[in-house]
Amino acid sequence: MKLWLCVLAVSAANWLMKAAGPLVLGKRDLPPALVSVTKLTAPALLAGLIVTDLGGRTIDWTQLIGVGVAGILNLLRIPMLPAAAAGVATTALVRLASA
Amino acid sequence: MTGPGRQSFARGLRLGIGPALATGVLALNFGAEARARGWGTVAPVAFSAFAFSGSAQFTLLSSLSGATVLAAIVAAMVINVRYLVMSVAIAPSLRGGRPARILQAQAIVDASFLAAHDEDEQYDVWRMIGVSVPQWICWTGGTAVGVLAAPSPDLMHRLGLDVAFPAFFIVLLIDEVRRSRRAVVACLLGAVIAAGLLFVTGPSYALLGAAAATLIGLRRRRHHEAVAVRTGGQRR
Repeated sequence: MKLWLCVLAVSAANWLMKAAGPLVLGKRDLPPALVSVTKLTAPALLAGLIVTDLGGRTIDWTQLIGVGVAGILNLLRIPMLPAAAAGVATTALVRLASA
Repeated sequence: MTGPGRQSFARGLRLGIGPALATGVLALNFGAEARARGWGTVAPVAFSAFAFSGSAQFTLLSSLSGATVLAAIVAAMVINVRYLVMSVAIAPSLRGGRPARILQAQAIVDASFLAAHDEDEQYDVWRMIGVSVPQWICWTGGTAVGVLAAPSPDLMHRLGLDVAFPAFFIVLLIDEVRRSRRAVVACLLGAVIAAGLLFVTGPSYALLGAAAATLIGLRRRRHHEAVAVRTGGQRR
């Protein structure tokens, strides 16, 4: 019972947080100051996601190599999916070689 | 759905394959860990289907055994406050009446929100939904496989699958920082804040802290900053 209460409460909170924008703003445009802030949401969150995915108590250098390969391939105009797949494969190969 | 909407949705589905595979791996871990902690088989799968949020689910999983029910619920909710920021950012791009807009907003997850960001600072809602659909399927299906099969985390580590998410995010980040100098500054500041917070707190709070980097958008824009670094190009 306790578990299901938690499951439903957290799920409902998630739905409400995702609905907050359309619930509060409706069809109104954002104020200009808020537009300037939201434009930067994606780069700031992406940087945070990469750091939290790769950081933590220890840094795994095999992960850094894989992510670096994906980034370099994207700079060389390789599309997203092959670039990310090559990053994963590189990390797997490095781990296999260093095992 | 209109013709362009269908195209955006199909493009979203293609973009969503990579994150969906990474999500599936994470879901295997969640399902296996939930089963090991006595959650049974139905509750973890239902939780994944309803909440569709790795950060909140892992937080509840780890905090429920050591904290009171209320503290565990609050912790799992606070973890996802970033969805408030994303929901406000995407609100002007949503379409239809209020119920339709609220329904569209339920497709917000990290990867789909970021993949939906367009060059003109709008968000492509159908692309976001397209990215989210395979992720939801893999998240819910992966949890089911996890509770039933409990695969070894060591095998997934050896296959390098823990790199799938950051590799996908670095590709998106490269696209973002090409847009303006402010995006570069927000990226660097977000990374520094997140890295600093990782010394004193968990990854979810560090991620929330990284969102504070967006506040540099409140600074008055100097004339030369108004010129975008890259004016053309399309996300592939």
